[in-house]
Order: sequence, then structure tokens, then C-alpha cells
Amino acid sequence: MMFSITRKSVLPGFGLTFGYTVFYLSLIVLIPLSALIFRTAGMTGAEFIETVTSPRVMASYRVTFGSALIAASVNAVFGTLLAWVLVRYRFPGRHIIDALVDLPFALPTAVIGIALATVYSANGWIGSLLEPWGLKVAYTPAGIVIAMIIISLPFVVRTLQPVIEDIETETEEAAVCLGANRWQTFRYVLLPTLFPSILTGFALAFARSVGEYGSVIFIAGNMPMVSEITSLLIITKLEQFNYSGATAIASVMLAASFVLLLTINLLQRWSRRYID
Amino acid sequence: MNIGTQPSQGTLMRPENLTEPAPIRWLLIALAILFFGLFLLLPLAAVFVQALEKGWSVYLAALWEPDALAAIRLTLTVAAISVPLNLIFGIAASWAITKFDFPGKNLLITLIDLPFSVSPVISGLIYVLIFGLHGWLGPWLSAHGIKIIFAVPGIIIATVFVTFPFVARELIPLMDVQGRDEEEAAAVLGANGWQTFLRVTLPHIRWGILYGIIICNARAMGEFGAVSVVSGRIRGLTNTIPLYVEILYNEYHYAAAFAVASLLVLLALVTLVVKSLVGWRMKEQLHF
Repeated sequence: MMFSITRKSVLPGFGLTFGYTVFYLSLIVLIPLSALIFRTAGMTGAEFIETVTSPRVMASYRVTFGSALIAASVNAVFGTLLAWVLVRYRFPGRHIIDALVDLPFALPTAVIGIALATVYSANGWIGSLLEPWGLKVAYTPAGIVIAMIIISLPFVVRTLQPVIEDIETETEEAAVCLGANRWQTFRYVLLPTLFPSILTGFALAFARSVGEYGSVIFIAGNMPMVSEITSLLIITKLEQFNYSGATAIASVMLAASFVLLLTINLLQRWSRRYID
Repeated sequence: MNIGTQPSQGTLMRPENLTEPAPIRWLLIALAILFFGLFLLLPLAAVFVQALEKGWSVYLAALWEPDALAAIRLTLTVAAISVPLNLIFGIAASWAITKFDFPGKNLLITLIDLPFSVSPVISGLIYVLIFGLHGWLGPWLSAHGIKIIFAVPGIIIATVFVTFPFVARELIPLMDVQGRDEEEAAAVLGANGWQTFLRVTLPHIRWGILYGIIICNARAMGEFGAVSVVSGRIRGLTNTIPLYVEILYNEYHYAAAFAVASLLVLLALVTLVVKSLVGWRMKEQLHF
């Protein structure tokens, strides 16, 4: 029975709650996800390879993963900066900024998308400033990067804030006593401590950006081969009733996100090595 | 951990040789604010400016459209069904995981978190593969006249999927920290399961539950990708607020699109305020 696998407990309800958890998890998550895997397994190898490596699909991987890489790198720098400033310095408006960092979590992606497309279009607030310089953001791959930067910013900031808070003053004091200047303290003491967390934040931001759909499609222009992300391509195939095409590409993306999930778990374990 | 000292005070009184020189401090603050303003505040302000560009009467008229009202009603319905479902699951899962030991616990936690790492479009696609016309159950469903994809049930199921981990993920760490001693004492004193949960556990986790509900609800009302795959975008029937915003925007009704979008921005801002307040109460409760 269920109880035999648990250590003896006086508390009731294990059978009910564990059973319901597994049942609901299977019903909502595991069985539907396995549908994707079975569908893919039903395709022949050649058919699958041809679908997921066709030029338009390959171009969409380049756009998606390339933009996500740039966005995550930008956030690794500016997200860390923002976390540092919010934890270490005192300035007016700090609490408001701190609370608003979560905005991209709370704001529906479609709203972010239309707001960005408006601000960065040729006659928008920022777009009109960039226009004379010959810089176009909206409806180009640059727009995709901007959207991804925004939606993944909280991941880096929220990963780093507690870590920066937990740095013991003693480590910095020791560095100063040993004659390090502030730059040396940062470069040789603080940065190595923060590095695993920066990498974790980077990976979380990258994973989120790769899967992003709502905010990107409004600003991307969605030109095949140039600014078409993989998620959109899946929807396009679906709307053409090309189920096997959509499924094959989706399974590649799902595999990519599982690899990322695993990487993030390992990174998180690494970044906690000083704490426990 | 800092016990007894407040980290904010400690950093405030940081000696000069343990922080950056003042000009660098101000430069970094300026950079952070510039980055933040440019990427987050400006687009946020744009929503309201665009929404009110043609005046309040146009703004209110856009919200009073029958299609807009239908979208609002559908979004509220979807949230009213999916949030309680995930709340019940979240409480059950966190009870099983934090009050008992069993093999495979970490695997179970990873699987609960899984929907977070699946891209929204794929979250919608998997249900099309099951309930769609060419899906596993498609022929049977259409023979019995049941419509799930391109209908409200599909929207609800997809929303349940994307909001699946929110409550559980808030409650598991919270209940883990609180341990089992009090529940065990209650059980030894003769309380039954429900009494133990309602009188002992619930008072400790109520802020955590509220926190989970708030963020679960925000995502349920704002989900776009997964819902757009299963909705079919039938005006007045299967349009949620975010999908309705997309339609208005693509039809160049910018003022109306931003007016409806501003509702979602207000929802997000309210979510953040309540979340900050509840988060603060939760921290307080943890220290007792």
C-alpha cells in the first residue's frame, strides 16, 4: 500500500493528497506532454529530420536562439547591475523600482508586445529618435532582442538579489585589510562569488527568451528567414493543418527546454555551494 | 543568514572603504535607472498615453463594446475555474511533499515545475494533439458533439496548464520551513486530518496561499501564447482579453487596443502592490 513506502508518520492524508497530486499531474501535464512525444515517435526518421532541418526552420532557430543569447547576455550585465544597485545603494524611488522589476512577470506578454511595437516604431517615442541614425528596431531582429530583454530581466535580478544580500561583510573587509583596492575586491572577491548566480540568471533568462511568443510577434515583423521565431513557425504550421510539422518542431524546442532545465538545476546546485 | 541584524541597515552604514567611490555609485545608479526606464517604464507609459490619445469618451466606449465585455467576462470565467483547481492541487501537493517522506520526492517537485519550462505555444499545441479534430480523442469528441479546441473548455485547460505550478511552488518551501511538529502534536492530541489542516496548518500558510492565488490569477488572466493556439479567436465567444487586444491591434484600432490593454496593465500593477504587501506579511509570519 501507499503507506508502506513512507516513514511511519502520525499525520493522516498521505494517500489522498499524494494520490490526487499524481492523478492531477498526470492528467494536466504528463499525459498531454507524452502526446507530443508519441506523435513525434510516429514519424519516420527521415521525415522528422527533413522537417526540423528545412532552411526556414533552421533560420528560425538562428533567430530564436541568437536573439535569446544576446538578450540573456545584456541582462547578465544590466540585471546584475540593477540587482547590485537595488541591494547596496540607497536612492529615492528604490522601493518602487524594486517592486516594478516583477512587472514583466505580471504583465501579459501581448501588452508588452504592442507597447514595444509602438514605442520603437519609426514614429514612436524611441523609434523616432533612432530613425535619423538609420537604426531600425521595430519589425527587425533587433526588436526581438529588445522584447526578450524585457521579459527575461526579472529572472537575473531576482536570482542575484538574495545572493548579493548574503555576501558577508567580512569577505570584503578581509580583502581591504590585505590591501586590495575596490576594483580588485570586486574583480577577485565579489565577482567569483556572484559568478555562478549570474550564470544561473543568464540560463533562466535564456530559457525564458527561447520560449517567448506573445511579446515578440508584435515587434518582430515575422519575416520568414529573417525575423520569424520558432514558436511562430509552430503556430503557422498548425494553422496550415500541418500537425506533424508543428509537432516535430515543437519536440525539438521541448528537448531544448529540457536540456536548459537540467543545466539550470546543475547551475543552481553549483551557485549554492557556498551557502549550505 | 542574518539573524537579529537587518541587512538593509548594515549596508546603509557600510564604511567608505567597503563600497564604491561616490561618483561610481551615482554612475551605476544612473545607468540602472536609465536601463529600467527605457525598457520598462517607457512602454508602460506608452500604453496609457495611447489609450487616452483620443480622450476619455473613446477610452470608455472601447471598454463598453459588447465584444470587449464578452472578452472580460470570458477572462474572469477562465480565471475563476483555473485558479481554484490549481489551488486545490497546490495544497494537496504541498501537504504530501512537506509532511511525509517518500522516494522520488525531488522528481515529483521537478515534474510539478515542468509547465514553467514548456513554451506557451507548445502548452497549447499538446492539447490540440489530444482534443483537436485530428487528435487522439478528436473523432470521439466530434461524434458526441463535444467541442474542446476552439471553444471555452480548451482555453480553460490550456490556462490550467500554464498556471499549474504557481500555488504549489509558493506553498512547498513555506510549509517545508514550518516543519511538522505542530501538526504531529495536533494529531497526537486527537485531531483528525481536517481539523489539523484547518486549525493548525492553514493559519500558518494563509498568506502564502494568497500570494500563490494572486500570481496564479495574474498569469491566468494574461496568458496569450497557449490560449491563442487553442482559442480559434471567435469574437464574442472564445476571445479572452489578451486575444481581443491582439485582434484590435492587428485591425489598426490602436486606441481601442491600448484601452483594453490598459485594463491588463492595471491588473498587473494591482497584482504587484498586493504581492508586495502579502510578501511582507509572509516574511513577518516566518519570523514568529
